[in-house]
Amino acid sequence: MKPRHKRIALIVAGLAILGIAVTLVLSAFNSNLVFFFTPTQVAAHEAPQGRNFRIGGLVEKGSVKRQPDGLTVRFIVTDTARSVPVTFTGILPDLFKEGKGVVAQGKLGADGVFSATEVLAKHDENYMPPEAADAVERANKAMKESRKTLVKP
Amino acid sequence: MNWFKYSSPQTFYPLAGRMAPWFMGVAVVLALPGLYIALFAAPTDFQQGDAYRIIFIHVPAAWMSMLIYMVMAFWAGIGLAFNTRLSSMMAHALAPTGALMTFIALWTGAFWGRPTWGAWWVWDARLTSELILFFLYLGYMSLAAAIDDPRRADKASAVLAMVGAINVPIIYFSVKWWNTLHQGSSVSLTRAPSMVSIMLTGMLVMVFAFWAYSIAAALMRVRCEILERERNAAWVKELGGS
Repeated sequence: MKPRHKRIALIVAGLAILGIAVTLVLSAFNSNLVFFFTPTQVAAHEAPQGRNFRIGGLVEKGSVKRQPDGLTVRFIVTDTARSVPVTFTGILPDLFKEGKGVVAQGKLGADGVFSATEVLAKHDENYMPPEAADAVERANKAMKESRKTLVKP
Repeated sequence: MNWFKYSSPQTFYPLAGRMAPWFMGVAVVLALPGLYIALFAAPTDFQQGDAYRIIFIHVPAAWMSMLIYMVMAFWAGIGLAFNTRLSSMMAHALAPTGALMTFIALWTGAFWGRPTWGAWWVWDARLTSELILFFLYLGYMSLAAAIDDPRRADKASAVLAMVGAINVPIIYFSVKWWNTLHQGSSVSLTRAPSMVSIMLTGMLVMVFAFWAYSIAAALMRVRCEILERERNAAWVKELGGS
């Protein structure tokens, strides 16, 4: 074995060991690296109890209600399977909208209401002009309409 | 044609000098229409308004930050394995440009995050791993600069570069593996891009402009590196004397 071959073999072996180590560490960290918990995870008691964590999901349509003080907002975060009511006092980000993604940080109360100290909007990776977004929505609606008449439930 | 002809610093030095201005020219020629598309031709986004336009800088910079690291680790590894001087110099020349790209990606990301998410910075997996990439670049450069003997500096920094390469796939797949605030990728090899074609065109033109700039910057820097390291060689002395 030439010294160069020995060196290359050592490098390859070193990198392989490192790769295995990182894989193991990452899989061990897996649950701790999540930025937020979904309402389903909260319902399954996977979220930490009695301390701050973040929940993420969609703002349920028609659920945003402003309280009379003008600053407090109540809304429901859903992952379409489960949902969690949230209350928040403060300024919401511009992209906070019904039907859109949201991540809220705070504590889950005993009454099951999540009182948030910070609300962040989570947007998706789709970019298009408003006209295109309208067209997509119209097409979806038309498809639903035609399905209603074409498919008997 | 003998490909190894240009693997010696002496022959590569003039070649890099000839190529660098061309790549810089390509960068400028591409960046102008790219910025025009980014700022004027591309339509406003349906949910983010004009804030999304930072994507035309953010995504090319973020891609380059990861790509340059892989290229840097590749050359560092070749230098470590085969003891070739020029590959280690190439790795050193790439590091500052990679660090710059990482910084641009983080910086523009903060300016994008504030109006859209509502936060400059969050500790989610994507942002944190990109920050680690920045520190890896800084660590690589400081380690290379801290050891006086250049051959030993090459070896030590090459090990760091290769160990750090494990971070790049983590950055790339972080949005898939974990719940992150950062959105997923709009452009990937496995499915159609989720942006309209004019936006995609602008972004790709900017990506190629960033490519050309990075190559030009690395070539210019490797020339300085060659001169510095080979200052006692006869051909460099001749160059200085003439």
